[in-house]
Amino acid sequence: MLDSRQDAWRQLRALLQGQALAVLATSHEGHPYCSLIAFVVSDDLRTILFGTSRNTRKFANITSDPRVSVLIDSRGNTDADFHQACAATAVGREVKLPEAEYRALRGKYLERHPHLRDFVASPTFELVALRIETYYLVSRFQHVMELHLET
Amino acid sequence: MNWLISLEQIADVHLPDVGGKGLALARMAAAGMNVPPALVLRAGAYREYVSVTGLRERILLELNRKSFEDMRWEEMWDAALRIRSMFLSTPIPDGMYEEISRGVAQAFPSVPTAVRSSALAEDAGGTSFAGLHESYVNVRGADSILEHIRLVWASLWSDGALLYRKELGLDVADSAMAVVIQEIVSGRASGVCFSRDPEDAGRAIVEAVHGLNQGLVDGTVEPDRWFLDRASRRVLSHHQPKRESAMRPSERGVELVPLSAGEAASPPVDERELALVLDQALRAEALFGGPQDVEWTVRGNALHLLQSRPITTGESADESKAWHLSLRRSFDNLKVLRQRVEGELIPALIEEGRTLAQIDLTGLDDASLAREIQRRESLARHWTDTYWEHFIPYAHGARLFGQVYNDAVRPEDPFEFIALLQTGDMESVKRNALLEQIADSIRQDPAIAKMIEQGAELPRPVQRMMSELAQLVSPTETHAGADTTRIARLALQASRVQPDRQGPGTPSRETLENRFLGSLPEDQRPWALELLDLARSSYRLRDDDNVYLGRVEAQVAAAIAEGRRRLAGRATRSADALSDADVASALLDPGFVPQAASASAPAPRVAVKPRQLTGQPAGPGVSTGPARVIRAHEDLFTVEAGDVLVCDAIDPNMTFVVPVCCAVVERRGGMLIHGAIIAREYGLPCVTGVPDATELIQTGDILTVDGFLGIVVVRRAD
Repeated sequence: MLDSRQDAWRQLRALLQGQALAVLATSHEGHPYCSLIAFVVSDDLRTILFGTSRNTRKFANITSDPRVSVLIDSRGNTDADFHQACAATAVGREVKLPEAEYRALRGKYLERHPHLRDFVASPTFELVALRIETYYLVSRFQHVMELHLET
Repeated sequence: MNWLISLEQIADVHLPDVGGKGLALARMAAAGMNVPPALVLRAGAYREYVSVTGLRERILLELNRKSFEDMRWEEMWDAALRIRSMFLSTPIPDGMYEEISRGVAQAFPSVPTAVRSSALAEDAGGTSFAGLHESYVNVRGADSILEHIRLVWASLWSDGALLYRKELGLDVADSAMAVVIQEIVSGRASGVCFSRDPEDAGRAIVEAVHGLNQGLVDGTVEPDRWFLDRASRRVLSHHQPKRESAMRPSERGVELVPLSAGEAASPPVDERELALVLDQALRAEALFGGPQDVEWTVRGNALHLLQSRPITTGESADESKAWHLSLRRSFDNLKVLRQRVEGELIPALIEEGRTLAQIDLTGLDDASLAREIQRRESLARHWTDTYWEHFIPYAHGARLFGQVYNDAVRPEDPFEFIALLQTGDMESVKRNALLEQIADSIRQDPAIAKMIEQGAELPRPVQRMMSELAQLVSPTETHAGADTTRIARLALQASRVQPDRQGPGTPSRETLENRFLGSLPEDQRPWALELLDLARSSYRLRDDDNVYLGRVEAQVAAAIAEGRRRLAGRATRSADALSDADVASALLDPGFVPQAASASAPAPRVAVKPRQLTGQPAGPGVSTGPARVIRAHEDLFTVEAGDVLVCDAIDPNMTFVVPVCCAVVERRGGMLIHGAIIAREYGLPCVTGVPDATELIQTGDILTVDGFLGIVVVRRAD
């Protein structure tokens, strides 16, 4: 791969592994709806996992329309964000994972968010898996690369 | 807040706030040495200014457009100019302005001053980098001093400083700069003293010129040089130059003035003064605990010390950086260079290309052809060296003008001045005019388009113009027939482009020239016109030198092509597999085995595509069209009307296709490179300095080129 392509991949991986929270966009009857989620990403960056109660609006939205977008970014809410922060917009859909993969990622999720142990143990808790098809990575203010994951 | 501090108030603990130069002056004054009265504007003032005005983040955005490792020196210069322009258009906040203004007016009520940088890392310990940051001399009055403080601050981000950022410890996020405001001592003679000769520890070196030492520092005035014995203070040897001129204070700072006959005949200082200078330099050495580089001046009978900093050796260990610093030329220095370049080097380069083109390569036997290839390669290397040594430094004329223009006019677009430099008589523009003439014949007579499509014989005048253009575009082609076919195809495409395109709302040259001259006091206008003339010549050369060098390089290529043709005839070898460098060897030695090519890169795990690429805005405007990626010379002839030209670097043999295109994208960066020059000439949006442009973009991708923001949006049909 070209340097600039490898750089994009490395940068995306560092961003996804470094952040704990992201913004999830779902939709309800065609209207977009955003929520803050605690997430974890699989090693190959293909799967984003987040926890929710089954009574939430986002869960209801995903149940009726599995298409989603997730924004992961490194902003710190300062001026420096404009040159320093990078952001990735992930596009994909909700999927049901095979049991083994689900178990592994659940362990990873708890490792990443140990303080959510009680939340995860709740009977109404659901770990939702998103299969990502494309990432749009924005860095240096306006530099945008597309990363299409091969299936 | 107390932004100003006097030399008497400065103690060692102030180093991080007053910088190396400020502290050194304070220590010299405290030791009773004769330094001019001075105030230091603390680094805190810089920090406050860039924070309150939002400049800090604007600078960071500018410097983070791409990684430093990917930036060429021209791009660093462009970035430095943009940042300088930000400082020029950002006033100092009111409260701060009043406080500094009051302090400065009190200390220097009517005397001229020097406003000098005092970088926090510079001069501090083992490092010393002269000339990376600006100093201004002969600045009078509080308002003017505050104006120049901003310019000195801006020079924290000068191209030289950006280049030396690692050595300087320049931290892009929180570097700052202090400023020394010093009463100017207008000496009759000035110079520098190295308290210890790096080559011989028993000697010291003194250099001296008549007048101010600005000319000595930038190399415009050649100094007298003495070697002195450190112990006895006695003169060991004296080198006398041809003394011609001196830098004197003038309305625009300093000016090169011829010496009187009396001055020219005598050294700037006598032996008594030399001993005095060395005395003081040795005192400074004892004070600072190491060999010093001391700047001094003599007024009347009094010796004044202007600054002192440690001598560092090996600071030019990096050759490319030393070369870069040599680009900073003064106006007077450029005038001398102009004579050499225009009067001597360019005519010789043109003659070289012409002579080479006259040699009949087909008439040479294999061994002679091999030698001819090697001879031409060596000639091309010689001219490439000349290009770097003389032509590129001369290009600094356009930059110097840009700075003067921006200081005078304060335009919103810091590159507005480029329009003033274009005169339309560049070689490549003449060539493009010929293509336009042919295109116009096609527009006026649709029958010609039909003839071209059918490959029929063309009317004699059109045929003649095409042959002429074919010769200009690829002087190496031996099959002229095939070449005019390609030219005809290209002319057909050119005929589909609207003629006489102009950039959107660009002011005319006359308007800009009046704007420029009108911003200057009347007595400076003759000098300004002289500088403009020099800048135009420098700018024109920036394109033309490439055209002429391209002709010599084309002759190298022609000889190699002839070599390949012959090698292809040998059944045992594939001539295509040989690199250019191996062709001559293969001609001489039938058993020659070229070195194997390196293994290919591993396959990607993910498809990474560009969506929006950031470069530099090098030509204003927005256009959308299919990408035409140029990887080889032949690709040029596939360009169609309305394509976006995407290339690594527009070389002189490529510019003729620019008028057919709707925009230009170039990997190589810079505002004054000829790709950007030609694009501006035709009013085309242009983005330069896009890393990996020809690799990331594919022919057929739909590109939107935003020449205002410097971005390229890529849409690819999946």
